[in-house]
Amino acid sequence: MEIFGQLLGALPGSISQGLIWGIMAIGVYLTYRILDIADLTVDGSFATGGAVAVVLILNGCNLWLAMLIAFIAGLLAGAATGLLHTFMGIPPILAGILTQLSLYSVNLKIMGKANQSINVNQTDLLVSLRWVKEFAFHNPLITVGIVLAVLIAVLYWFFGTEMGCAIRATGSNLRMSRAQGINTNFNKVLGIMLSNGLVALSGAFLAQYQGFADVKMGQGAIVIGLAAVIIGEALLGKIFKNFALRLVAVTCGSVIYYIVIQAVITMGLDANLLKLLSAAIVAIFLAVPYWKRQYKETHMRRPKGGKAHA
Amino acid sequence: MLDIINVEKTFNPGTINEKKALCGINLHLDEGDFVTVIGGNGAGKSTMLNMIAGVYPVDCGSIVIDGTDVTRLPEFKRARYLGRVFQDPMTGTAPDMQIEENLALAARRGKCRLLRPGITAKERKEYKELLKVLDLGLEDRLTAKVGLLSGGQRQALTLLMATLSKPKLLLLDEHTAALDPKTAKKVLDITEEIVAKNNLMTVMITHNMADAIRVGNRLIMMHEGQIVVDVRGEEKKQLTIEQLLRMFEASSGSQFTSDKVMLSK
Repeated sequence: MEIFGQLLGALPGSISQGLIWGIMAIGVYLTYRILDIADLTVDGSFATGGAVAVVLILNGCNLWLAMLIAFIAGLLAGAATGLLHTFMGIPPILAGILTQLSLYSVNLKIMGKANQSINVNQTDLLVSLRWVKEFAFHNPLITVGIVLAVLIAVLYWFFGTEMGCAIRATGSNLRMSRAQGINTNFNKVLGIMLSNGLVALSGAFLAQYQGFADVKMGQGAIVIGLAAVIIGEALLGKIFKNFALRLVAVTCGSVIYYIVIQAVITMGLDANLLKLLSAAIVAIFLAVPYWKRQYKETHMRRPKGGKAHA
Repeated sequence: MLDIINVEKTFNPGTINEKKALCGINLHLDEGDFVTVIGGNGAGKSTMLNMIAGVYPVDCGSIVIDGTDVTRLPEFKRARYLGRVFQDPMTGTAPDMQIEENLALAARRGKCRLLRPGITAKERKEYKELLKVLDLGLEDRLTAKVGLLSGGQRQALTLLMATLSKPKLLLLDEHTAALDPKTAKKVLDITEEIVAKNNLMTVMITHNMADAIRVGNRLIMMHEGQIVVDVRGEEKKQLTIEQLLRMFEASSGSQFTSDKVMLSK
């Protein structure tokens, strides 16, 4: 009962964190599901977003302008990976790893050190974990919720435009896209840029929320993003068919992920084991569709009824 | 007009897998020409089509479509002149997108894709009418994902996409080969209908000799990267399969061998 109370108390915090990571998960969805590329840049660009936002805000930059610049920094990180892949012919996973590694240095240079804190008492911020239980407009649940709603609406519109359709076609069938006059390389770069822009924006929110940016804050981000995408699809994929609703499902996946993590921590799991747990969850969720297919195939070979077919 | 001038292509040059796919191909097509292409395995039929489409660069020679030299243009830029249907029904459409979205993508071939709507209400109506003509029941499934369609339906849709914004040249790469005989006939009928209606310049590779003779106004046979037989007009209409095989043997100096072609004779 006590654990249940603790969980309930931690719920607003988990949901806030889930929503912030939801922005990041939408970015992962764009590359992983729409472009069919597992983009590892995000581990670096997430921290880049946080670093850029914190440094700008500390230097007195307007909050929303800082967020916009963090988003643009993410776009540039994505462009680097996209060009490594398309212009230099490096496989996408390796291209992402190269950018991620180089971003580590870039992020250190941006902050001048490995960790930069930002105090909500001294600086005005958009979100902070201090406000999660306040019944006010600046509660992160509301702020991030509105940001997410706007982002999903804009993405829904964008992926219905000619340009957005071209990106979707590129992810769906490369040969067909080229035969229909689509510059597939350009669209891959564009998709990876957009994805990393969102990831950096998410990092910018998280840095304010937790009160610091850290070069390691994006470590394992891809796994959390994938977990959110997969959980969202597994639980809501059957009902949410529309593109906007799919993005909502991904956000829900992220929130559920953080509630589950909070639950296992509250129940006494060693926090050092969290990353292992996350990786295991993702591995199992990825394996299930494969196992299902294998199971179906073996059953096709031996149909029910016992009759042997020649 | 299409001009293929002295085009050569060798795959894997300088390695043990070196393969001369095209040895100096020359071909001229006039407006409204419908040429069928037959030839054995590895004769260079598909390579010729892929060279026209720009899938790989040519070693030498040039390709001119309607006075524009496209030899150095990348595949996606040449697409504005070309409609293409592939052998594999999975290749020509985007499985994760709706039927109407696929058509809308094709309608914008050769145009700049900006932030205008990917599909408009007016287009939806047009596509419904176009799909009705196919008589495959697709007009009621405009928003279905293409991945759910059968091979024949996908080929018919690809054909419609290839000709939606009228191409200068239609390239058909054994587009009925992967279909069952009944569906293949239907797709071929639709092909003839669309080509005739739009008076499209067309190159069609086929493994069916009877089709190759019956369809179109010109027939070429390829062998080891060269065009060895080229008949047109009345002469082509009177042609029989036996005559065609004799012509092939006379000009190439070898027996015509292709299991696929012989079996479907």
